[in-house]
Amino acid sequence: MKRILEKAVKWLLTASGFVTSVVILLIIGFLFTEGAGLFREPVVEEGYVLVLNKENPVSAMTAAEIKAVFDEDVVNWKDLGGPDMAIETFRLEDVDEYFSAEELGPQYENAGGAIAGLVESRPGMVAFVPGSMIPEDAGVKLAEDRNISPGEVFGGREWFPTATPAPLFGILPLLAGTVWVSLFAIIFALPFGISIAVYMSEVASEKVRGFLKPVIELLNGIPSVVYGFFGLIVIVPMLQQVFGLPVGESGLAGSIVLAIMALPTIVTVAEDAMRNCPRTLREASLALGATKWQTIYKVVIPSSMSGIASGVVLGIGRAVGETMAVLMVTGNAAVIPSSILEPLRTIPATIAAELGEAPAGGAHYQSLFLLGVILFFITFLINMCVEYISARNRAKNS
Amino acid sequence: MNIPPYPAGHSARKRRSQTIAFIVFRVLSLLIVLVLFAILGFIIYKGAGVISWDFLTKAPEDGMTSGGIFPAIVGTLLLMLGSAIVAFPVGIMSGIYMNEYASRGWVVKFIRLMTNNLSGVPSIVFGLFGMALFVKYLGFGDSILAGSLTLGLLSLPLVIRTTEEALKDIPDGIREGSLALGATKLQTIWKVVLPMGMPRIITGLILSLGRVSGETAPILFTCAAYFFPQLPSSVFDQCMALPYHLYVISTSGTDIEAQQPIAYGTALVLIVIVLIINLAAGFLRKHFEKRLR
Repeated sequence: MKRILEKAVKWLLTASGFVTSVVILLIIGFLFTEGAGLFREPVVEEGYVLVLNKENPVSAMTAAEIKAVFDEDVVNWKDLGGPDMAIETFRLEDVDEYFSAEELGPQYENAGGAIAGLVESRPGMVAFVPGSMIPEDAGVKLAEDRNISPGEVFGGREWFPTATPAPLFGILPLLAGTVWVSLFAIIFALPFGISIAVYMSEVASEKVRGFLKPVIELLNGIPSVVYGFFGLIVIVPMLQQVFGLPVGESGLAGSIVLAIMALPTIVTVAEDAMRNCPRTLREASLALGATKWQTIYKVVIPSSMSGIASGVVLGIGRAVGETMAVLMVTGNAAVIPSSILEPLRTIPATIAAELGEAPAGGAHYQSLFLLGVILFFITFLINMCVEYISARNRAKNS
Repeated sequence: MNIPPYPAGHSARKRRSQTIAFIVFRVLSLLIVLVLFAILGFIIYKGAGVISWDFLTKAPEDGMTSGGIFPAIVGTLLLMLGSAIVAFPVGIMSGIYMNEYASRGWVVKFIRLMTNNLSGVPSIVFGLFGMALFVKYLGFGDSILAGSLTLGLLSLPLVIRTTEEALKDIPDGIREGSLALGATKLQTIWKVVLPMGMPRIITGLILSLGRVSGETAPILFTCAAYFFPQLPSSVFDQCMALPYHLYVISTSGTDIEAQQPIAYGTALVLIVIVLIINLAAGFLRKHFEKRLR
């Protein structure tokens, strides 16, 4: 009886030991299935087609081209490799401008035929209508249906997930926003982080350290949404005044908030590394006549470099994945930023802001899961770097 | 280490560079302390006037422009409880396995790697995952259940790590003593190892609750309700939560003027919860350390 209990408990404990691994696998699995679905979605909104005149040699357009056409940024077919001919766009909302109610029928049952006839008679027209409306024998052609390609997503410079007829899922602006904000956050946090770590581990008395330690822990404990709130109420208006910006919500505001949030991670890990620097090294340096400061920057810091690096990399990881604070203060403009003073938008903020509105299972929904996959892999890589650094460090020390 | 600040015979230049460097360190450290006090002071100063018995015990009214935040407080407490139910048993068992059972080698290395990786996963990714698995695939819908499971998984790595570290510090001699008296491995763990490690484990658990109380991103799509004035009646209900309430009220409010005081009040309540949790953990740590000595 006792032995069975021992065995059962052992199995139970073993099983719970693997829970984290299972969760990681599940995260990868679920995010991937949803995210990869994006590449099975058509470029044009599902269920809709682009109807073209038969004479028109253009038969396929990329999502970006379709958007340009319907935004009237491109107004001539020759820009798309066709003849020199003005582009006329037609959306379903325009139907009343072209036809009277009698022509369409009381239930709009004749609308499909009428639209097909209209496109047939106008060589430069492109119509965006539900595919089921157009009769099969109509004298028009449908633009080739393609799926969203990885190139459009990973190389795309525009993020317009709700544009019709063709949403754009270019992730470059979001990636750029994430990198900019995290980069500046680390640049701000680094001098502070290292100085405080050195101060706590080498200079400060036990009493001062006993005061600083809980301060750092508390900074780490403040919820990100409170940082966001503080940033929104205090930092954003301050930046607006100092730099004379039209809106204070900017990459800079995000970086400042993130710098404060990443600081505890950097300080804790770096301080730990420096305190673990062997006492004999320090004493040898001091015995050779070096000052305390020389010992710090010529002996202690170099010997604990890998620990400091781990702290910095973990800080970057924290900054990259941070959602709420960034969402609240960066202004959320999905454009590739040309200056840190402009509004921008990060990957996590995009997910948080848009998932609520994206219909489940649609292309937009799937694109947000794809962003989740990208985010997961960025942080996965960052963690692997940390593991590698500390594994190398252990090997060096033993 | 008692080292005189300037060993005899150093040039004035060296001395000066040390003085300057140390002053810079002091100033930067002081700045960070000021930042913390600025944040805390600002929120306490602005929020203290809002806090009243009614604010803490009433539901929001008039399109969230007046009334209190009682449902959000209850929601946050429920989510803390729920995530504890999910994460504590599994996390503690996992920590015990890592330190007491797993044979040294690749298994431990692999699990530790995965645990570290899980702790690095951004909270919004947990939100996405929770939505895909619990809300959609398992069909729990937006509910306290889905939110608790998501938050529980999020705090799992922290629980595992603190358990493992607490047990690691217990000397092997104590285990061997118990085994030598004829106790089985399970008895040794249950009667000797766990009671000795408990103080530090509990400190870690409390800190993980603190993290859960402030998380917003994981509950955005798994649980949090914009407005749900009645208290939830089952685990399949949605609930309001303090961090989400603060986010909603400070960013997408309908009446900024009227809602700003509520935002300050909500932020203050959140901060107070975090402060209490940190103080409790610190107090416990000190208390147990004294007792062990």
